[in-house]
Formats: sequence, C-alpha cells, structure tokens
Amino acid sequence: MSRIGVFVCHCGLNIAKTVRVSELAEFAATLPDVVVAKDYKFMCSTPGQEMIVNDIKQHKLDRIIVTACSPLMHEQTFRKVLTASGLNQYLLTIVNIREQVSWVTHDIEEGTAKAKALLNGAVYRSRLLVPLTSRVIDVNPNVMVVGGGIAGIQAALELANTGKKVYLVEKNSTIGGHMAQFDKTFPTLDCSACILTPKMDAVLQHKNITMMTSCEVSEVKGFVGNFDITVRQKARYVDHSKCNACLACTEKCPGKGISEWDESLVKRKAIYIPFPQAVPQKPIIDKESCTFFKKGKCRLCEKACEQKAIDFEQQDTFVQVKVGAVILATGFDLMDTKPLVQYGYGKYPGVYNALEVERLFNSAGPTGGKVTLRDGSEPKSIAILHCIGSRDKNNHEHCSRVCCMYSLKFAHLFKEKTSADVYHFYIDMRAAGKGYEEFYNRIIEEDVKFIRGKGARVAQSADEPGRLVVEAEDTITGKFIKLPVDMVVLSPAIVPRADARDIARLFNLSTDKQGFFMERHPKLAPLSTMSEGIFIAGVCQSPKDIPDTVAQAYGAAAEALTIVVRDKMELEATTAMVNPASCCGCQNCVRVCPYGAPSYNAEKKVSEINEALCKGCGLCASVCPSSAIIARHFTNDQVLAEMEGLMEF
Amino acid sequence: MSQAVTPYLEMSQAIMEAGGEALKKCYQCGTCTGTCPWTPITHFNIRKLVRYGQLGLDGIEEFMWGCSTCKFCVDRCPRGVEIIDVVTAIRNVYSGGGMLPQSLRSFVGSMSARGNPWSGDQAKRNDWAKEKYPLYSADKEYLFWTCCTVCYDPRNVRLAKATAEILNQSGLSWGLPSVDVNCCGESLKKVGDLELFERLKSNNLDCFKSQGVAKIITVSPHCLSSFKKDYGEDYEILHFAELIAKLMKEGKLTPKKDFGGVKVTYHDPCYLGRHSGVYDAPRDVLKAIPGLDFVEMERSREQSMCCGGGGGGLWMEKMKGERLSDLRIEEALATGAKILATSCPYCITMFEDSVRTLNADDQIQIKDVTELVLESLEINIDEPVADTCAL
Ligand SMILES: Cc1cc2nc3c(=O)[nH]c(=O)nc-3n(C[C@H](O)[C@H](O)[C@H](O)COP(=O)(O)OP(=O)(O)OC[C@H]3O[C@@H](n4cnc5c(N)ncnc54)[C@H](O)[C@@H]3O)c2cc1C
Ligand code: SF4
Ligand code: SF4
Ligand code: SF4
Ligand code: SF4
Ligand code: SF4
Repeated sequence: MSRIGVFVCHCGLNIAKTVRVSELAEFAATLPDVVVAKDYKFMCSTPGQEMIVNDIKQHKLDRIIVTACSPLMHEQTFRKVLTASGLNQYLLTIVNIREQVSWVTHDIEEGTAKAKALLNGAVYRSRLLVPLTSRVIDVNPNVMVVGGGIAGIQAALELANTGKKVYLVEKNSTIGGHMAQFDKTFPTLDCSACILTPKMDAVLQHKNITMMTSCEVSEVKGFVGNFDITVRQKARYVDHSKCNACLACTEKCPGKGISEWDESLVKRKAIYIPFPQAVPQKPIIDKESCTFFKKGKCRLCEKACEQKAIDFEQQDTFVQVKVGAVILATGFDLMDTKPLVQYGYGKYPGVYNALEVERLFNSAGPTGGKVTLRDGSEPKSIAILHCIGSRDKNNHEHCSRVCCMYSLKFAHLFKEKTSADVYHFYIDMRAAGKGYEEFYNRIIEEDVKFIRGKGARVAQSADEPGRLVVEAEDTITGKFIKLPVDMVVLSPAIVPRADARDIARLFNLSTDKQGFFMERHPKLAPLSTMSEGIFIAGVCQSPKDIPDTVAQAYGAAAEALTIVVRDKMELEATTAMVNPASCCGCQNCVRVCPYGAPSYNAEKKVSEINEALCKGCGLCASVCPSSAIIARHFTNDQVLAEMEGLMEF
Repeated sequence: MSQAVTPYLEMSQAIMEAGGEALKKCYQCGTCTGTCPWTPITHFNIRKLVRYGQLGLDGIEEFMWGCSTCKFCVDRCPRGVEIIDVVTAIRNVYSGGGMLPQSLRSFVGSMSARGNPWSGDQAKRNDWAKEKYPLYSADKEYLFWTCCTVCYDPRNVRLAKATAEILNQSGLSWGLPSVDVNCCGESLKKVGDLELFERLKSNNLDCFKSQGVAKIITVSPHCLSSFKKDYGEDYEILHFAELIAKLMKEGKLTPKKDFGGVKVTYHDPCYLGRHSGVYDAPRDVLKAIPGLDFVEMERSREQSMCCGGGGGGLWMEKMKGERLSDLRIEEALATGAKILATSCPYCITMFEDSVRTLNADDQIQIKDVTELVLESLEINIDEPVADTCAL
C-alpha cells in the first residue's frame, strides 16, 4: 500500500479554462491509494510548493502526482520539493494536462475526460514506482568553443578569465570571423579593427586558451561533462612551432590564389596570411595555388625561410580534446545571389554583394579603402537593394535583421568616400535596436534617397554602355522607376553555414526551418540546445548584430560555466540495463539506440549498456525480444499499469 | 475632391471567396509592378490592384483589365501571392453589371452562344480538315485537341494542318475531337467568367469520358495549361512541340530540307514557358532542323516577355505604344533574325498583327514551330506556304 498525494494545478486559466480542475481533484480522491487530492491556482509558486511539503508531512505521503504543465517546464521544481521533504525524487509523477490537454482542445468536456484518463493511468503507475539513485560523474573542467568569430572570441575570453581552459577551434587560418572583414560598424561607426583586434590578440596571449586554427571537429563522443572530441588539424605546410612570423616567405611566392578574405576581389599569394592583423600572424600554404604542389617545382618560400619552418610533407593530423561543455559559434554565410538572374550578380561587373563592399571600404582591403569599381573608376550613382533573398518565399522566408542597418552604414560610407548619389530600394526599414532609429535619421539627413519598393531588375543601360539601370516601383507614388547607376549593391540573405547540418549532426542538435541551430526554448533557453552541455551563440542561432552576438557569447559562457564549475554532476537514474541472464545476443538494442549506448560483448555473447551514454529513451527495451532490458523508471510493469489505467476510460 | 475612402471589406471578402484568397498575403513590396511588362508602357499597376482588392476600395474596376496573365510577377513575388488568381477573382466579382469592356462582350457572347471565341459555327469546327483526317475513337492513341483559334482563324488553320500532317508522317494513331466539344475556356476563366467556364469544362470532360480519351496533344499552350491545371483530371497531356521533340529524338521524324543558314529566334509563349515549364523542347526542335541558325533574344525562357495575348488580351483593343507584341517584334528584329518562331496561336495572331502595323513583314516572318517542321519535312499542304528561304 502506498500513500499518494495528487496536486492539480490551474495554471491560471491556462488549464482551468478547458479542464474542470476541482472535479479532477475530487475524482483523484476516489482513486486507489490516493490519500489526499487538491487543486490550486499556481502549483509551482512558493505557496503551492509549501502545500505539497506540508501534505507530505501531515499525511505521510510517499508518492506525489502533480497534474500540471509539461515535465520539461517543472519536473525539476517538484523533484526538489520531494527531496526537501525527504522523499526520493523519482517518486514524483507529472501528468501533463496543459500541453497535452487544455492547449489542444476548446471543449471542457473532452478536456476534463482526457485529464481524468491520464491521471488514472498515472495513479496506477505511481503505485509501482521505486526509489532510484542518480549517478554521479566527474566533470571535465575544460570547454571547447567552435568558431572564432566575435561570438567565439568573446565566449572563449570570458571562460578563460574565470580560470577555465578553453580550446578555440577555428576552421580558417585566422580568427576574427566576419567582423574582421568590416571597416566600420553600425550604429556607432566605430572602427571594426580597433575594437576587434585587441580581443583577437587577447585570445592569442591568454594562457588558458589553446587556439586551434585551420582546424575542424571531425568526431564527437561522450556526453555532458565528459565530451571526447576529435579535431582535425588541417595541414598548413608551415610548421607554426618554428615559424617566427617574419613573412619573408610570402614576398618570394609566385603562386596566385583568389583571396577568400577579400571576397575574391583580388589575388593573394599561395603562402599567405589573410589580412595584416590576422591572428595568428603565421602563414599557411594553399595547395591549390602553390606552384610546387601544382608543378613539382618552386620551393622559393622554403629558401626564404631562415627558420626552416616550411614543410611540404606535412599531413592532416588528429587531436583528441576532452571537455565538459561545448559552445558552437560558427556564424553564417551570405546567400549566393547568382541564381537570382534578375539582379545580374556575376554577370554585370557593377553589381556587388554586401561583403564585397565591406572589403572596398576597408583600408586593408583590395582598394586600400577607396570605393572604386572594377575598372578603377569612382561610382557617381549607387543603388543599394535590400531584402535580396530574404523575406522571400522563393528563397529564404526570414528577415536577415542586420541588412537594413548595414545598408544604411554603406550609404554613409559611400557619402563619405565618394561624391555619389545613393539610393536605397527597400520594403520596410527595420531599425529596431538601441540607437538604430537615430542612425536611420542621421542617414536621412545625409541626403540619401529612399525608394520604397523592392528592386525588381538590374539591366544594362541601353543608352550608356557600361552603366546599369535599376528597375522598381516606387510604391509611394506608384511610379515605375528606371534609375541609371554605376554600382548596385545587393544585401543578400544571411543563411546558415553550408556545413551547418553536418555540424548539427556531429553534436546531435536540431536545426530550425531555415537551417540555423535550434535553441532549447525560443525565449527561456535561447543558448542551450536539446543536447545537454552543448550551447550556441551568435549568428549560427539566427541572424543578429554584433551587440546581440556578444551578449549571447557572454550568456553561453555563463551557461557552459554552470557545468564545468562543478567537480561532479548528477546524471539521470532513468537509464536502461541489460539482464545478461536473459539477453539472447540479437543486438537489436545496439542497432536502435540513437546514442550508441549498447554494445555487444562478444566474449560473453550479450549486450551491455554504457549508462553514461544512455538517455533512458527506452527504444532498446521496446525492441528486445527476450525482455532482457529493464528501462528504469519505465519498467514493463509500470508502463503496463499506466496503460491499464488509461484503458479504463 | 475629397480623398477620404472607407475600406469595404465585404468586397475584399467576395474577392477572396472567388479564388483570390492569396491577396491577404501581399506586403506591398512592388516587385510585381516592377516586373510586369505592362508597367513601363501603360498605367496598369498590379500592386495597386492587389491593394485595392485588400481593402475593397472603389475604383478597382478601372484598372482590372491590364493584366495579360503572363505569370512573370507570380514567379517573382516574394510572398508567393497567386496574383493571377487574384486578378481573375477581381474580374469575376466586378465584371457583372455591364462592367465588361466592349471588346470582351462579343468574346464572352460568342463563348456563351457558340462555345468558341470566334463566333464560329460549332458544326463547322472540323471543316478545315476537309474530312482528310480521322475522328478520335477509343482505339486511337492520341486525341489531337484542336484549339478554336486554329479551327476558325484563317491564319492559324495552317497550324492545324501542319500538326495533322506531321502526326500522319510520324505514324501515330490519332484522331480529331467531334464537333460536340467547345473551347477549353482558358481565356474565359481569366476574364473572370468562372460560371461559364465551368459549363464549357464539364461539356468537354463529358466528351472526353464518353470517347475514352487518355492522351491529349494540344497546339495551344492555353489549352495545355487549362487541361493540366483547371480540369482536375488525370490525362496525359503534351504540347505538340514536346511530342515533336520526342519523335525527333527517337528517330521517328527526320527533318530534311536545309534552310541554308537563315537566322531564327524563338519567343517563349507564357503559357508554354512560365505556366507549363516547357522551354527546351521547341528549342531542340528548331536546332534539329538543318540550316536554321538559332539565336536567343535578350529576354528568353523564364525571363521571356509576354506578347500581350493572354488573359483576354487577344480580344482587347490596345493603342499604339501600348502593345507588348510591338516591343517583342523589335526585340526579335534586334537579333537579326528573319524568322520569329513560337508555339502558340495567340502569340502568332499578336505578332502577325504587329509586323503588319510596324511594316516589318518584309523583314521578319512569324512561324509556328510546327510550320517550320512541316516545311523541313517537305510535305505540301493545300495552303500556299511562303518559302521561308526566300526572305
Ligand atoms: C555585410 C555585413 C555587414 C555587417 N555589419 C555589421 C555592423 O556594422 N554592425 C553590427 O553590429 N553587425 C554587423 N553585421 C552582423 C555581424 O557580421 C554579425 O553579428 C557577427 O559577425 C556575428 O558573429 P559570429 O561570431 O556569430 O559569426 P561569424 O562572424 O560568421 O564567425 C564565425 C566563425 O566561425 C568559423 N567557423 C564556421 N564554421 C566552422 C566550423 N565548422 N568549424 C570551425 N570554425 C568554423 C568561421 O570561420 C568564423 O571565423 C554585418 C553583417 C554583414 C553580412
Ligand atoms: S619565412 Fe618562415 S618563419 Fe618567416 S613567416 Fe614564412 S614560414 Fe614563418
Ligand atoms: S533587415 Fe531589412 S534588408 Fe534585411 S531582410 Fe530584414 S527588412 Fe530586408
Ligand atoms: S534507453 Fe535509449 S539511450 Fe538508453 S541504451 Fe536504450 S536506446 Fe539507448
Ligand atoms: S510582389 Fe507579391 S507581395 Fe509584392 S506587391 Fe506584388 S503581390 Fe504583393
Ligand atoms: S501576370 Fe504578367 S501581365 Fe499580369 S500583372 Fe503579372 S506580370 Fe503583369
């Protein structure tokens, strides 16, 4: 005989609107072993919790059922109530009558009936619950940050400053990310390099940060507190332990590659650093453009290098890194606008994308910061086209959030650096950030022309060879505009990295409809993911500006810290185990487990489950033909009893 | 004059109920207006039409006839608004009570009284064939669906004959529809007369059913699109250009006559291209004909420009300077082509008109792809066919 207490929550009107809660409590009181049943407005509030504590004492309760919202919301809250009252936390049962009942019907009869059925099942199961002991594991104190843009840099610095060891994995040869490509940043127009390079340097100098450039994660094993990650160090063909960053090698190099950093606007050497403030300052060789790799002759860099750092034999290597938590900060790509043939990108030399323009503004860029067209001339008239591929059912439905603002920044810089007339073609002006509307006003004052209408087409001018014509409707006057310009700037959609889905798979994350990493909760857990111990920050989660990116980086660092700050952590006791006496060795469990927890012991001819990896999903138990697998907390008896309770309705 | 207006949501609701539901999705970006071929040459503004529809504003009737349903804006609309459905619904709701333009009245009248737009005698629908060609029966493979325009319009009869002869040459079993059928009704639907359209459609479907039709060949992309999208039945439907391309690839049709290097360009009919996604077949055919020197116009394929004949445009009067077909002829002339080929009887009509009024008939010939194939197969039909090489 157990002594069960049932606590029915109204959740304000969230539940009470479509479930008769007091009737539910009265019904509960009639069920076997139920000693006390009550309903209350907000069970998760302090008085609600106190009510449970008191009833446990007063009625000597040994099982608690809370009929309320999803266990995702408050299972932890009520477990703590049990623990505080000296009860084992696994003797709690949550019946979800909000997400599964009141929110999915408008019919109070149906709602009440379903709630009763669920509760009946829960009482039957609750009687069979047994106390379980959580497992305690050691926590690895280190953190890995993947992606060395401003998000990754900030998160790494924060964590390192608390004394934790951080591995910063960056796939490029330098950290910095997109922000390092910009000249100025909206809305304050402060110089991007001036605020970023000190941080990049701080990363390099920090004794707690191991910077791993030209690196990519290739395998992830383990679980929260104990990740075991394989990192592929791509061959640089320069031994960075010997290189002293003199860059004598780059001077002699005859190789010509396309500068990725300068958005393909110019060439670079085959042995190179991407830009003068790159961190590290040490070069790599790009195999594709290296004369030696292509033709078997050259090695001029090797001759130039007094440090004997050049190593054409270098191979990719693999490094094992053990950490307790991971922050992903892999950022974004710009959409390729070539398929949007109406805008002529890639066809007309006068059409640029936003990142190319950032490089034109940059004093370390291909034109030394002068705004000139590909033929070297200065544009006299410039059109900036908003929402290219964003807010567009045919391409990407989301708003890319920063392009209105950087387009305004472009307008300012064009005005500052040229005498050109500048036109915006936009649908809505989105300037909702601190100081953003003010920035918009400032640009209006600078006499930029705003045409409310999406650019429809960019064509070659029939009258003036070499010039372009932008066609669009000015929806305010209803007039069709044909605007001759020298330069067209496209503000393309911000999209997930091309490899975002692969990274998501590696770390067991979901992606949203757009392909950005999915957060655990859009409002209340924006930086954690469904994979425990894996956090996200910056644009890899969704398009955002630098202030928001940095704020997320701080947040993700704090989240990661909540894990690695502990020496030990408790893991759920609700795992599966194999009874070797009945296991027939069919290995069904090995095949179905999404977490790789079961393995086959060939010697003993039975399967075994690594509890550290098991998430207690129960898939294995359901496919085991000899019922050899016991899913703790969801044993066959418990599940069948619950079903019986449900079927009575 | 007061500028005050009051939104009239009942009207907007009526438009949505007539099939224009998508209008609520529009966020007024103007991409459609900026894309629409009529924008630069007329006062028609499609975004405004949608806006008036959203609010049910008065005055909408004045500009609801400007669209030729070319689908360019639909393909570009970032909100996925089915703009043509909106146009059709607006016309449906507002064209009662004598709002039809004069030129469309005889069109609709003829459709209603005779089942075709050309005031043709229904019993004479197959007269062009002079009993040379078989009627369809269930033992035949293909029904050659003769568009009303190729049955009754003297210029376009050549398409009917060319198609019939090529079908014979290729050895397929085929037949013509009986005279019980009527117009597919595509243009009528776009003009907004949904009720009459339904009548024509169900009569045609009855005929198909009673004759056991399974595979249909059309010469007009308008019939093609209507059967595919509006008839809601599962027939295997091919445009004749697709069939020719297939037969040529299989070696069942081999063009012989060499055109000696004459330059030809191709106009994508909106209903074959954007509406049906057929771009390559007619080009493959033209490129397989010996001695045709194929060139593209600046705007082609998905970007092709409308001739102005869709959506009832064929029957509406347009003033000089407001004709898309004129612009298209100029674009064709700019390529240096001596032949402007296409594969739609409406386009042919529009272009024949334009070359005449532009006095360009000695510079360029308008030909359907079927006519060029026929000529290259060296088949004679009783119609006098101009020797294309003579230009
Ligand atoms: C044209 C343009 C102008 C902008 N101007 C401004 C502005 O003026 N002000 C402002 O506030 N915001 C601006 N933004 C927004 C700003 O760029 C972003 O907020 C910011 O760059 C986001 O930083 P991040 O670290 O999240 O991503 P990123 O800058 O993209 O950095 C991600 C890093 O991760 C690395 N990485 C990616 N994948 C992997 C992988 N698999 N493994 C290892 N490393 C990986 C990348 O190489 C990169 O270094 C602009 C954006 C654009 C497109
Ligand atoms: S010359 Fe040698 S030491 Fe100097 S930058 Fe090049 S590789 Fe490094
Ligand atoms: S931020 Fe502005 S330009 Fe960018 S997608 Fe949103 S509305 Fe368009
Ligand atoms: S319960 Fe789920 S996670 Fe655990 S071993 Fe079985 S299948 Fe794997
Ligand atoms: S393109 Fe689409 S969303 Fe834009 S104004 Fe036209 S109908 Fe509306
Ligand atoms: S369908 Fe064609 S003609 Fe009609 S509004 Fe759209 S672009 Fe213009």
